Amino acid sequence: MDLDSQEQILKLSETHGASSLVVIIGAPDPEAAEITAETVTAGDPSYAGVLAGVQLGLDVYHIFDDAIRAEVPDDVWEDQIGVMSDVLDAPALAAAVAGMRDQGGGGAS
Amino acid sequence: MLKDRHVIALGERDGVSGPSIAACAEAAGATVAFTATECFV
Amino acid sequence: MTGPVVVCASQVLAHTPHLAAHGSKPSRELPGNAEVTEQFLASLRSFEAAVAYPPNQAYMSAIHPRALPARPWTAISDAGASRWTTGGEIMPEEEFLGLLASVDTAGLTTLGAGLAGRASAALEAHPLAKYLDLAQLDKARGDAEAAAAGKGAASVDLGSGPEAVVRPGDEVDQSLAAAVLLENLAAKASATLALLHLLHDYDIEPGSIDYVLGCGEEAIGDRYQRGGGNLAKAVAEAAGCSEASGADIKDFCAAPVPALVIAASLVQAGVFSRVAVVAGGSLAKLGMKFQGHLRHDLPILEDVIGGSAFLVQADDGVSPTIRLDSVGRHRVAAGGAAAQIMEALALEPLGRLGLATTDVDDFATELHNPEVTEPQGSGNVPERNYRTLAALAMRRGDIAREDIDAFVAQRGMPGFAPTQGHLASSLCYLPHALDRLTSGPATRAMLIAKGSLFLGRMSQLSDGMSVILERNPSQT
Repeated sequence: MDLDSQEQILKLSETHGASSLVVIIGAPDPEAAEITAETVTAGDPSYAGVLAGVQLGLDVYHIFDDAIRAEVPDDVWEDQIGVMSDVLDAPALAAAVAGMRDQGGGGAS
Repeated sequence: MLKDRHVIALGERDGVSGPSIAACAEAAGATVAFTATECFV
Repeated sequence: MTGPVVVCASQVLAHTPHLAAHGSKPSRELPGNAEVTEQFLASLRSFEAAVAYPPNQAYMSAIHPRALPARPWTAISDAGASRWTTGGEIMPEEEFLGLLASVDTAGLTTLGAGLAGRASAALEAHPLAKYLDLAQLDKARGDAEAAAAGKGAASVDLGSGPEAVVRPGDEVDQSLAAAVLLENLAAKASATLALLHLLHDYDIEPGSIDYVLGCGEEAIGDRYQRGGGNLAKAVAEAAGCSEASGADIKDFCAAPVPALVIAASLVQAGVFSRVAVVAGGSLAKLGMKFQGHLRHDLPILEDVIGGSAFLVQADDGVSPTIRLDSVGRHRVAAGGAAAQIMEALALEPLGRLGLATTDVDDFATELHNPEVTEPQGSGNVPERNYRTLAALAMRRGDIAREDIDAFVAQRGMPGFAPTQGHLASSLCYLPHALDRLTSGPATRAMLIAKGSLFLGRMSQLSDGMSVILERNPSQT
């Protein structure tokens, strides 16, 4: 994850508290999505940024997760996501992030 | 689940962009605290 | 309406494995990490391997991307592959460093005596030798070790110590740091090589070029004007276009299409007769995904700096025409979702012209080589673009769901371009398009280029532009 993004996320978790934050990921590749999810739960696996070794334990979803889809009005979803849930492997992406969430997320602070 | 929470939208240009995630989150009643889109090519 | 035409296009690659250590990502990851550096250096490709690599041959127009063999392409070694093609070449590293020194008008480059001698000899035997400033190369000959010890110097090690060194343009000005100037010189050299091939492989009188537009992504300037620009005119000068001036079009990776459209507009409006468009490569992007390549036991695949040049002029009754009424743009209000962008760029212009997606033979979009992008988790960019386009075509009623795969295979193509931003963004397909629209069977090709403006932090937007090229009506 971009180093600047890591810094912003760390600051936000200090300001708002982990339980009020939700991270939503838009990566097109399951492996990449998993790494991003790990960064905001267990810590930056590449040890490059400020989230290296920092277990934020944030609640994290891929945008294609059913739980997210259920809360977005159809017309907005159609406009913003539309065909991309067909073009990309939506189930694999949701599952990749869900795996990380179940391991270490959920808003623990 | 999203309503009244603070969303961090981490998008990717070749997937779903930050602004698209943010629009979805706002429509679901969340406040968007941070938006970013990464581009790897 | 018979608009201006694209007469010819050339494409070059410089194989620069040792410059790859100066790419942005490697330059941040390698220093201080001896083990990774050793792995990196051990994974560099030979010149022969780079020439034989099928995507590089496709970039050189030796084969059409749809004719690429099955992957993995790293496993294929085409013994018949040539360095040379009509309109271009793949240049070895030492010659390229010599070329770089020869276009260095500020004299910031030092080449060690050995390298200077070898590069000079090779370039003297080059088909374009008489158009190269080999006297400037000679001036660069010097003590590379001493130059490398200079404050802020960027030194290129070819395996036995520093052999090519660029010194900073200013002691303090970060915009003139040695690393920046090395990047800019590499872009200038690759663009110049492409323009020289364009002029001399296609018999274009250099003095007949009125204007040159650059569409690369480097920033040319100093502390007071970091992006002042106009590498195009520097390239025009280096290529002997004595009657030309120029300007750079800056639009991140999308720039090639607005450059083409602006060139065509200048010609159509009668402002200029002949406008060349040029682009050098991005040294910064060398080795960008090296970690994924090492993890998957691949060579350092991002070891080539590309260059491209093409010529626009008024209708000549032969060359493919530029449909200036077909230009698609990504309006500010168009929305940033991938499908919204593709809708704005591809579908809106077709609708406006009363055409269906099935009326376009070739769609050229972001054609990054997936063998380079997949190991680092960036997926297959062309495939995703084509699937999005196909899904929109289906929604429009042009094709049925079961036709999507065929649409992608027949009207799209595998990615083959190096991950050099603007070069991959439809520009790399131009020589193929010209061929398909003249001696080939195609009638219509759409070039779709996109750019990530948000990277510059001035906007969250992307941008893009599209244009259709058609077989010349006099040829149908």
